[in-house]
Parts: sequence; C-alpha cells; structure tokens
Amino acid sequence: MNWRGCYTLFIKEVRRFYSVILQTVGAPVVTALLYMAVFGQVLAGQTIEGVRAVEFLVPGLMMMSIIQNSFANTSSSITQSKIMGNLVFLLMTPLSAFEIYLAYIAASLVRAVLVAIVLYIVTQFFVHVPVHDPLLMLAMLIFSGGTLAVMGLIAGILANKFDHLAAFQNFFILPMSFLSGVFYSIHNLPSFWQHASYFNPFFYMIDGFRHGFFGVGDANPLVSLIVAAAFFTVVSVIAITMLARGYKIRG
Amino acid sequence: MTDTAISFRDVQKRYATTHALKGVSFDIRRGEYFGLLGPNGAGKSTLISITAGLAQATSGSVAVLGHDVVSDYRAARRALGVVPQELVYDPFFSVREMLRLQAGYQGCGKEVWPWIDELLERLELEDKGADSIRQLSGGMKRRVLIAQALVHKPEVVILDEPTAGVDVELRRTLWKFTRELNEAGHTIVLTTHYLEEAEELCDRIAILNHGELQVLEDKEALLDRHPYRFLSIELTGDGGELPAEVQRLVEDRRGDTLDLKLKQGEDFIGDVIEGVRGAGYRITDVHTREPSLENIFVELTMDSEDSKVSA
Repeated sequence: MNWRGCYTLFIKEVRRFYSVILQTVGAPVVTALLYMAVFGQVLAGQTIEGVRAVEFLVPGLMMMSIIQNSFANTSSSITQSKIMGNLVFLLMTPLSAFEIYLAYIAASLVRAVLVAIVLYIVTQFFVHVPVHDPLLMLAMLIFSGGTLAVMGLIAGILANKFDHLAAFQNFFILPMSFLSGVFYSIHNLPSFWQHASYFNPFFYMIDGFRHGFFGVGDANPLVSLIVAAAFFTVVSVIAITMLARGYKIRG
Repeated sequence: MTDTAISFRDVQKRYATTHALKGVSFDIRRGEYFGLLGPNGAGKSTLISITAGLAQATSGSVAVLGHDVVSDYRAARRALGVVPQELVYDPFFSVREMLRLQAGYQGCGKEVWPWIDELLERLELEDKGADSIRQLSGGMKRRVLIAQALVHKPEVVILDEPTAGVDVELRRTLWKFTRELNEAGHTIVLTTHYLEEAEELCDRIAILNHGELQVLEDKEALLDRHPYRFLSIELTGDGGELPAEVQRLVEDRRGDTLDLKLKQGEDFIGDVIEGVRGAGYRITDVHTREPSLENIFVELTMDSEDSKVSA
C-alpha cells in the first residue's frame, strides 16, 4: 500500500476545494439556510413526526448538502483533470486503483462533513436540534456521503465534458435528493409515492440520518443503515473496477 | 540486475479503426541515450503511453528495468519518469507545490525536497517556485514538466518531444541538462521532431513507421547506411548541355548552383568536375556534405506521397 501517495492525493484534493472554499462550503451553507428561512416560514407552527417542522428540516438539509457536495467534489475534480489533461500525472504514478479511490472519497467526505458541521452550527442560532444517536448519525453521514462521492467518481470518469456532469447533477442527483423527504415525512405523501419512496436509496440516507438526531423516522434506522452501506459497497466495487481497468481514463 | 532499461515484446495496439502498433519488439539498453523517431501517427506516443501506464496494449508486453508495466506496475512506474508532449498542468497549485505533490504520489517525502530545489535551479526556475504554473511562459511550463518527471529520481526518463515550440537558447539548455542526466547514469529516451537533435544527442536510434519498427541501429551505423554524399557546385560561364553521366546525378539546379547526389564507390567527384568543365562551365566553388539523419529518415519513411516529413 502506497500510503504516502494516497495521503498526498487526499491532501491535494482537500486543498483543491479549500482554495475555493466560498464556493465549495460557503455557497451550499447559504443555499441550505435560504431553504430553511423560506420553508421554515411556510411550515411555522407545524410539527412533523412530533418534531417542530423547522427543526425537522435541519438534518434533511444537512443530508441534502452532503449528497450534493460529495458528488460535486469528486465529479468536478476528475472531470476537470481529464479536460485539463493533468490526470496523466496521477495515472503515471504507482498509485493503485484502491488508493486513488480512497483518497478521492476521503477528501470528498471532508468537504461534506465541513458543510454539514457549518450548517448545523449556524442553524443552532435559530433552532435547537438535538443529537439523539451520534454513532448512527456519523455512520449515515459516511455511507451516504461516501456513496455520492463514489457516484461522483464514476460520473467524472464517464463524463466527457462538464455538460454531462451538470445533466447528471440536475436531472438525477438534485430531484432524487429533493424527493427523498428533505422537507417532509413520507407519511404525508399519497400511498403510491409513499411506497415508491421505499425504493429510493436517498430516502434511507435522509431518514436514517434524521433518526440519528431525533430518534424518530419513517423507516427502521437499521434498515436505513444497511441500505446505505449496501449501496456504498456496490458503487465502490463498480468504481474500483473501473479505475483498475482504466475504463475511459487509460486509452 | 538487468541490462535492459525498457523491453518491448510484440506490442500491439488496436483502436476501433486503426492498428496503431503492429507487434513492436526491441530493447532499450540501460544508460543509453536513445532516439525514438517516426512520422506523425507512426505509433511513438502510443508506445510511450503504454510504457507509462496511460494506455493498455492490446497484446504483447512492456517492462521497465525488468518490471512488467501491468503486473508489476508499481516498480515499473517508480523506475520511470515521463515528460508528456502536451503542456498540461494543474492550475490550483504553485510550481513547487506541484512538484512536491508529484513526489508524494510516488511515495517520496520531504527527503526529496532538496532535490526538487536543485531541479528548479538546474532548470532555471529557482525564482518561479511560488508562481502558479498558468502564469508561466510555454518554455517554462515545459521545464516544469521535465522537473515533474524527475522528482522521484527515476532511472529511466522518457522525453516526448521536449523541445517542441521552445526557442533555440532553451533547446540548448535542455540538451545540456539531458546530457548531464545521461552522464549521471539515467537512461534517456527521446522522441523529437528535430532530427538534428537526435543526431546530436542519441547513441542509438529506432525509427517507427506505420506502427512497425523500421530501423534500430547505432546512430553512426545508421548514418553509414546512407551510401550517398551531397555535392554543390557553383558555376559561371555559358556552358552547354551537361553530359548524361553528370545530369543523372543532379538533384536540383538553383541559378548558378548545381546540387548533386553521389553514390559512394560509384560516382566520383573528380569525374563530375571534369564533366562540368567539359561542358564549358567554370567552377567557382565546390561544397560537399555528408548525409544527415534527415536524409536517412526521409528515405526510410517516404514510402508514400502523403507521408509527412517529421519525426
């Protein structure tokens, strides 16, 4: 294992997003706060699953930010390196597929965690969101953020231009994360959509994560954890295989 | 320890519509300065990409210092430094940061930082370490790429057209630098568009053409293979028709200058001069020239009208 190489790539990836931190951390926090301000106002006085609606929103918005930023970090980095041509510097080194995977995913998780922490701290000035089960919350964060980071890696490998990434982000990631219970409990949905939600892995990510805060949710938290972990494992196997075979990156 | 720096064994590469490499086999010896030439599209860059791990051979194998580039890729890549043809860089980092990151990927730590500073100095980039690479001129970016390929002190260095688009002075600096590397024990593999560069620097030369190895020889032997010498004669006076035995040797006639190509052992300068004078001309000057690598290259690769004369 080339630990030093892997660590160097991790540091490089962290520094890449850190050098534009207003865009990579600041902007998602502001976006989430705007959602909270608007929906918090609309839902004022209501409760969802016994929790004040405005508080219920916080973990959902955190997870939505985790999902979107994990995906954005890996996908934009890989695509940019491919388009700029500097991916060769990485491909010519003795880094294995697993080491490349690990460094990219870990850096992406750092960004996602940073966004989540900043968002949590800022929202605590307005609402109080307890942490009921920190381990569950952390595990959901890692598996969910990890899954999206890996999906970003795969999308980055597949994309030939930024337009492809934007399409994937806008037509898949964004709707899937929006329609997974960020702003509502699926119990409020019509029966068909309630059942459909159980086939959406993003629903488990948000619900399990929220369970970590409030101790209540739509699904069994263990099921959420298993779904998130299974999804993470499947996409990881796909990504590592693609990297090992050099799919679309080694001619 | 193997005496072979890079060994290519029946390397084939097929793309959807082209057969870029059609079974190339040869060895590059340790410690030599090796020239890899060929027209555009001959397969040079594909061969380098396969060696560097940027492309995968359809069949065959490549080994660097005995390490297979696929099954033992870590050892192969640690032994190899490649300067890519394109001026690529990461816009997020300064020159020094980029070099340190590159060393880190290779598994090297702070112990190579003094070497990185030395590289910057030797490539005349010592005052550019803190600059972003995108601020640098093309020639400087080229030198950063060279430094980047050398951060881990690889024994084998491949330079893919390192002097393309750089000015004469920088070209001389790079020649000197690569010669010093070679003298320090590094194997150097050079592809270049400038044949005089290969002629000046390389010990042995391989010429690829249409994905096949056309020639692999010591530079001197390659130059000797061309059995011609070139003769230019400056004429004055109103002479008549040149005799047929002189006329058949004429390559070009530019005003008063006659360019001739003489086959060694068959055509003699004395006979030509006699023939020209016999036709009524006065000879004011005579130049002879040995064949250059370019002449040999053109002869070997110009097998179709559309072949481009470039390395």
